Amino acid sequence: MAFDSHQKREFKQVGTRPPRPDGIDKVTGRALYGADVSAPGMLTARILRSPHPHAKIVAIDTSEAAALPGVKGIVTGADFALPDDEFFADIAVNVMARDKALYDGHAVAAVAAISPAVAAEALKRIKVTYEVLPHVTDVDAAMRADAPVVQPGRAVETVPAGMGANVTHFCEFGHGDVADGFAKADLVVERSFRTAATHQGYIEPHACLASMTADGKADLWCCTQGQFNVRTICATLLGIEASQLRVSASEIGGGFGGKTTVFIEPVALALSRKTGKPVKLVMTRDEVFKATGPTVSTSIDVKIGMTKDGRITAGEAVLRYSGGAYPCGTVDMGAQAAFAAYDLAAVRTTGWNALTNRPKEAAYRAPGAPQAIYAVESVVDELCLALKLDPLDVRIRNAARKGTKSSYGPTFDDIGLLATLEAAKAHPHYTAPLKPGQARGLSCGFWFNFGGNTCVSLNVNTDGTVGVTEGNPDIGGSRASISLMAAEELGIEYDKVRTIIADTSSLGYNDVTDGSRVTFSVGLATIKAARDAIGKMCGRAAKIWGIDEDAVEWRDGAAHPAGPNAGQFPPMTLAEIAAVSFQTGGPIAGHHEVNVDGAGVSFGVHLVDLEVDSETGATKVLRYTVFQDAGRAVHPDYVEGQMQGGAVQGIGWALNEEYIYGRDGRLQNAGFLDYRVPVASDLPPIDTVILEIPNPGHPYGVRGVGETPIVPPLAAISNAVSRAIGVRMQELPMSPPRILKTIRAARA
Amino acid sequence: MRYEKPQTVAEAARLLTAEKGLTRILAGGTDVLVQLKAGMVEPELVVDIKALPGLRSIVSEAGGFRIGAAVSGAQLGEDAEVRALWPGVVEATNLIGSTQVQGRATMAGNLCNASPAADSVPALVAAGAVARIAGPGAARDVPVEAIPVGPGKTALKRGEFITSIFLPARPARSGDAYLRFIPRTEMDIAVASAAVSLTLDEGGTITAARVALGAVAPTVRLVEAAAAAIVGTKLEDAAVAKLAAACSAACSPIDDKRGTIEFRTEVAGVLAKRAARIAYTRAGGQA
Amino acid sequence: MSISVSTTVNGDAVDFICNPEESLLDALRGRLGLTGSKEGCGTGDCGACSVTLNGRLVCSCLVLAVEAEGAEIGTVEGLASADRLHPLQQAFLDHAALQCGVCTPGILVAAKALLEKNPDPSDEDVRYWLAGNLCRCTGYDKIVRAVQSAAAQMRSA
Ligand SMILES: Cc1cc2nc3c(=O)[nH]c(=O)nc-3n(C[C@H](O)[C@H](O)[C@H](O)COP(=O)(O)OP(=O)(O)OC[C@H]3O[C@@H](n4cnc5c(N)ncnc54)[C@H](O)[C@@H]3O)c2cc1C
Ligand code: FES
Ligand code: FES
Repeated sequence: MAFDSHQKREFKQVGTRPPRPDGIDKVTGRALYGADVSAPGMLTARILRSPHPHAKIVAIDTSEAAALPGVKGIVTGADFALPDDEFFADIAVNVMARDKALYDGHAVAAVAAISPAVAAEALKRIKVTYEVLPHVTDVDAAMRADAPVVQPGRAVETVPAGMGANVTHFCEFGHGDVADGFAKADLVVERSFRTAATHQGYIEPHACLASMTADGKADLWCCTQGQFNVRTICATLLGIEASQLRVSASEIGGGFGGKTTVFIEPVALALSRKTGKPVKLVMTRDEVFKATGPTVSTSIDVKIGMTKDGRITAGEAVLRYSGGAYPCGTVDMGAQAAFAAYDLAAVRTTGWNALTNRPKEAAYRAPGAPQAIYAVESVVDELCLALKLDPLDVRIRNAARKGTKSSYGPTFDDIGLLATLEAAKAHPHYTAPLKPGQARGLSCGFWFNFGGNTCVSLNVNTDGTVGVTEGNPDIGGSRASISLMAAEELGIEYDKVRTIIADTSSLGYNDVTDGSRVTFSVGLATIKAARDAIGKMCGRAAKIWGIDEDAVEWRDGAAHPAGPNAGQFPPMTLAEIAAVSFQTGGPIAGHHEVNVDGAGVSFGVHLVDLEVDSETGATKVLRYTVFQDAGRAVHPDYVEGQMQGGAVQGIGWALNEEYIYGRDGRLQNAGFLDYRVPVASDLPPIDTVILEIPNPGHPYGVRGVGETPIVPPLAAISNAVSRAIGVRMQELPMSPPRILKTIRAARA
Repeated sequence: MRYEKPQTVAEAARLLTAEKGLTRILAGGTDVLVQLKAGMVEPELVVDIKALPGLRSIVSEAGGFRIGAAVSGAQLGEDAEVRALWPGVVEATNLIGSTQVQGRATMAGNLCNASPAADSVPALVAAGAVARIAGPGAARDVPVEAIPVGPGKTALKRGEFITSIFLPARPARSGDAYLRFIPRTEMDIAVASAAVSLTLDEGGTITAARVALGAVAPTVRLVEAAAAAIVGTKLEDAAVAKLAAACSAACSPIDDKRGTIEFRTEVAGVLAKRAARIAYTRAGGQA
Repeated sequence: MSISVSTTVNGDAVDFICNPEESLLDALRGRLGLTGSKEGCGTGDCGACSVTLNGRLVCSCLVLAVEAEGAEIGTVEGLASADRLHPLQQAFLDHAALQCGVCTPGILVAAKALLEKNPDPSDEDVRYWLAGNLCRCTGYDKIVRAVQSAAAQMRSA
């Protein structure tokens, strides 16, 4: 659906900042999240997990646990269907291990009991016989031919022969003659980087309440970014029909991509089926870290050539990602995104994925992109320093723009990179003086943004109010944005619209809340559904006035005769039409079902000032500004919120967050005390500058905004730290011991 | 697990002695509850000491202060007099955890949990604090550095517990300070830490000093060589460098998820140097 | 072994039965149905379970339920009156200081305790006071602004 050029109207609702519909529930503690509901007679479930990073499961003896009074049911891998399709099979095996435990924390059995205490006691009585196998947790080690084999035979066809058995994936993107490009450069810099796996770190652990009867009918309440996807996966794993499983999404306490798949839901359903009782299953924080999806861990080589005056002549990157113990295609997105900000004559990226004994990767905000762009933006910064060029000027000079053939193939339409870079250049932050010991860093960021399957119903009530029913869990205020777009299109007040999120039995399929798709796709479907309803309301007015339907038009919330020839009738408002709808043909509703494309890519630029304590390696972030193209900021508060939240997650990634594995292959820091997400006192205010370069693919010009902001902080911070200490940092996170070591090594 | 909340010290000692299985004292519970949750300990009996007489009060005694074993960090931080006399001890205690943890955590619990990284302990050791121990026998006083004997282990005998910690009086021109290194600004466990307590003469020369390090050995280290490096000086750069070197030399840390041997050894010296300067200024010295 | 506990929650006398191992958070959520306090970690690291216990801010996951005997507990459910939100709650809505909202109950309880102690905090005071309340969505910027705006409003009230 194209951007409406006639929509160059003044927006009345879009762009305002009204309170969110779920606000009062959330500030009073009334909102119900995953763990907040109970059912009469329900059981509590707990999961037993492997303490070994890699082990053959020789036997599981549940008899002693089953004999414990109060234990009502136990399931193991044998209780789940193993689907033929590899995508579902991997999820099934991840949810409950079969013959092998593939990482520390892999589920091996689960118990449902009358109380949490009995369930916990039962876990201790399950005897699992393991045969411990050699393990590998490092991506570079896993690629080698002599590495312990995590899963054999999982390489896709594109992987060349002769690679190590853990290599599952290969991809390649680019255009032009790279060798020729490097030959034209005045300076070529080649560097290797490593980034640790990080976790989404949502504050709400996974939680669900399942109820399934012997005839295969089931209800599931859970915190998820996509109830329809949960339904598809659970129905497949349990061998039931989608129509029989109703999934309701609770309020969700953060997801960031990590709640786009399932971990515990099929287990709770299987236990409910087995026990004939509702089963509640809530993860502990330790389980969240050990067994839900972190990001890939990576090892990346980047080579870039530049002329003295700052023109990039060629770029090349080799990305080695590991998405844990299962094949993972995230490297594709990294390889595509790496050079997306640049207009290049010659560019080539290749990507590999290797299996390791780590948990199965799950999406995390712009999956795959932050790591690749961190490596590229670090090398660009090093070139700028070496050639004494202004880093923003160099990026402006080489920026991708409308008509650029992107590094991953498509040619860009209207994009906001140049405008974003220029806004950064003009901002007082860029020229503010720095004190001795302080440094400034910057980086570009990029994300594709998704569209996808979307379905919206819009009901016009007889009192002149409107209900919007959509199918995407609201992770950061999207109900407010959807209501704004409905109100805008219909020409009524925001207060007259209420948007709710439907369960899987009440609406058609919707893709998960991911890819920054909701405000864009659901917004588009809502506008279309509103137009559908408007068409029907115009029809009713036409009927009342006794004129042709085509002779009625909708303006300012009311039907009007289209012109002097149509007749002289006073306009009928939505409320007036709705009030008489029962007499004019019955209830009025609009619908729209679509597989949306036209998601506009989004670029951002981050600026950071910081200082490093050269005696301890501690970094203090002093000032931070985010510039980003939002296409159209429907509810600016929540656009800013995405920019700020994403930036801070990126700051955490850059400085302190990491999965730390011991030599024994076990996760050492499965808790918030040692998995160090930023706390309030670590941070300065996060300033935001929203740019609005309309997306041609959306009627109001909306672009997704949620993911791009996590991309630039990694390199922005690394570039600033490198400038502050005078040495290039090449590994994330830049924890104080790593920075101090780098300083010491440079001095020695 | 049984929970008891005795009303007298004698009753508490009796309960603890009578129990054959594992027991735990419950003060603020900020270690105990975490350990229970993780299944690290499964005590038969938990004895809550918060109702025992005097355990939640701070009283002046002989020019110093007797701090009840159930006094929380927040309560201690609100006491202006203790803060004035022993600012380093109070700031060390107030660094423990978050505001929420401060609402509960005690110095005695910090000491008896016997973590090498406990924040209040180096400051208490530098201050020469003394723990009063109750138990089946007569009460006895023990210097705090004698309580922890290794990670998670104390010198307390069966049925014994701490009822108060005594912070002594101190001469004029004295000051103390505590610094720790953590990767974030809050909510981390010390990677290395240092406490310095010192006294000056009228001319600003250091006449006495105690320097203690945390998180660089199985228990808190009282580093006499570091104190010797600054006694008799006005904390000139050369003295400070000697202090830092003595501190680094006294470290025997481990490599773990929080830091490396190399990092801890180096940073302990840096922190001691900085803490000494603060203590010196607090004592009225012109740095 | 079950223990019977009599306590006061948000000014109301209540009784519940619990096991000695149970945390106050478990009792509030499971025994009393007050699910406004959230469990983000169960080990004192996230602050989502923040409540006041006899006026002191604490993590309810680090308090035994039995310790509530005779105590006064304040939770997020006690912040608003029947017809009016607490100024902090209103400020959080006005400043969009929540995204997913799961950290919000704990942060509101903690911020209220701050403003009772210090009605005019600096931004740094707010940030350090709230360091034990993790928020993964907002980057804290709008939270600090909302607390300051509520503080200003409460000072002028
Ligand atoms: C989120 C979080 C952050 C933390 N951050 C820090 C930090 O920054 N620095 C730090 O040092 N610690 C930290 N801790 C650990 C803990 O808060 C401190 O060790 C605290 O001082 C313990 O005091 P408590 O009163 O809560 O002890 P409790 O948990 O009640 O007891 C701790 C141990 O000491 C024993 N004990 C308690 N009182 C006595 C007594 N009077 N006599 C004999 N034995 C006794 C108990 O049996 C138990 O073994 C943190 C904990 C959490 C949960
Ligand atoms: S649940 Fe209590 S602090 Fe996280
Ligand atoms: S709003 Fe989601 S954690 Fe704070």
